[in-house]
Amino acid sequence: MTTLDLTPAPGAAPFGRMVLAQAGAEIRAMLRNGEQLLLTLVIPVLLLTGFSLAPLIDVGGGRRADFLVPGVLALAVMSTAFTGQAIATGFERRYGVLKRLGATPLSRSGLMLAKTTAVVGVEAVQAVIIVAVGLALGWRPQGSFLAAALLIVLGTAAFSGLGLLMAGTLRAEATLAGANLVYLVLLGAGGVMFPLTKFPEGLRPVLEALPISALTGGLRAVLSQGAALPLASVVVLVVWAALSLALVSRTFRWE
Amino acid sequence: MDSPAVEIVDLVKRYGGSTAVDGLTLRAERGAVTAVLGPNGAGKTSTVEICEGFRTADAGTVRVLGLSPTRPELRARVGVMLQAGGVPPAMRCAEWLRLVSRFYAGPLDTAALLARLGLTDHARTPYRRLSGGQQQRLSLAAAVVGRPELVFLDEPTAGLDPQARHACWELVAELRQAGVSVVLTTHHMDEAERLADHVVIIDRGRVVAEGSPASLTGAERQLRFRARPGLGLEELLNALPAGSAAKESPSGHYIIEGQVGPELLATVTAWCAAEGVTADDLRIERRTLEDVFLELTGRELR
Repeated sequence: MTTLDLTPAPGAAPFGRMVLAQAGAEIRAMLRNGEQLLLTLVIPVLLLTGFSLAPLIDVGGGRRADFLVPGVLALAVMSTAFTGQAIATGFERRYGVLKRLGATPLSRSGLMLAKTTAVVGVEAVQAVIIVAVGLALGWRPQGSFLAAALLIVLGTAAFSGLGLLMAGTLRAEATLAGANLVYLVLLGAGGVMFPLTKFPEGLRPVLEALPISALTGGLRAVLSQGAALPLASVVVLVVWAALSLALVSRTFRWE
Repeated sequence: MDSPAVEIVDLVKRYGGSTAVDGLTLRAERGAVTAVLGPNGAGKTSTVEICEGFRTADAGTVRVLGLSPTRPELRARVGVMLQAGGVPPAMRCAEWLRLVSRFYAGPLDTAALLARLGLTDHARTPYRRLSGGQQQRLSLAAAVVGRPELVFLDEPTAGLDPQARHACWELVAELRQAGVSVVLTTHHMDEAERLADHVVIIDRGRVVAEGSPASLTGAERQLRFRARPGLGLEELLNALPAGSAAKESPSGHYIIEGQVGPELLATVTAWCAAEGVTADDLRIERRTLEDVFLELTGRELR
């Protein structure tokens, strides 16, 4: 039988090491989960290739890929930061994982930082794949990489806030259903595939205030039209992020 | 000088209208195994989860290693085993233990710990495919992997087969030898008697008795037998030495307490012969914590 030295020698690992360990576990969990991969990679890539090759939708002139790649990038951000994170965190709460982690030296802020790190890590993988597929389909990106990156960061913050808001308040099953439903609705109504100009005039201000529309519109302006950082998009995303994260910090239940 | 491992004074915890913990006071010494024994719903888990910082007390004071239970610095010094769950279902056994170990500065070797608890063959098995007993052992491993000073184990052997139960008991005994303070909850009196230096019996959120297992059960032994119900015990009591007690509980089960020796045995069998009854299943045994609980509360432990 193995001898173990059980003599007390307590101590927390350095903060960075704890966060990286947890972030690594979260990334592995996301890449291992089939439904998550479907949502974060398969669907965006299928939409991008399918609608680029088949002229099924009217994107309003210009190269199809120029319209589709920014929308699919925004969709990828939403799928990981919002849908995937909401569902995963909701079930972690249900299974007592958040509670158990709360008994380790990893603090709650450390856990949230790890989740954000994991989300950004998966988004980076998604972006590389989507950009590669887009370039193969004839996408010619322009504009400032930094401006696009800033929009993605703000979008991640807004969608994470909304996802955690659901995960921290609803039952896990309700989060699962709700997060998928919201994903579908925003995919249809957020300018990802269908330009907002196709919607009735009266509806447009509402749709334009959605975080997904701000992100798709902003990315499209920067990457396809070479515009400077679009302030309207930035404002919409900042407001969503601030509101949702403030609510999360008040309402999130760990158990 | 050192504060106790756990010190609880007049703890109260309510959930809506019901009171789970009702003025509970207990002290767990450092380096000792303290068992909190009681039936389901006695307030064991509520008490332990307040000590672990998961719940807040409605009244009373709780100190863990001399600190308020929610202090962040306790997280590295205290190991926790929840009653159930706490692990992502898809996470592999060894992967979870390695992850938890990375939160500590000088953790145990996770492979050795898995081997010690008989989990090596299941290292790559996802948590949801482990048996209940394997899941319990993994949770126990995660509670000690950070080399804590104090460990809270909430029903550590619930649902374990006898072999796994012994593995768990051995580990608790080793923790104690290594100087780790252990607080465990259980409703198995044999577990408390075997492992604990100090047993706290609680019922309906209050302490009903506490002490070492020996002091609680007393040195005295008892003689038990079964016979036809409703025998008159008066004559028997007159024949027994002073200080003896005889009772029928439950119906048809007789318990004689006192200086249990050859003389008492002879007196009882003579009385049985005079009454014209045959004593079945006659045996002499030590009082158990279960007897103590039954006496104090009038109810069975389980």
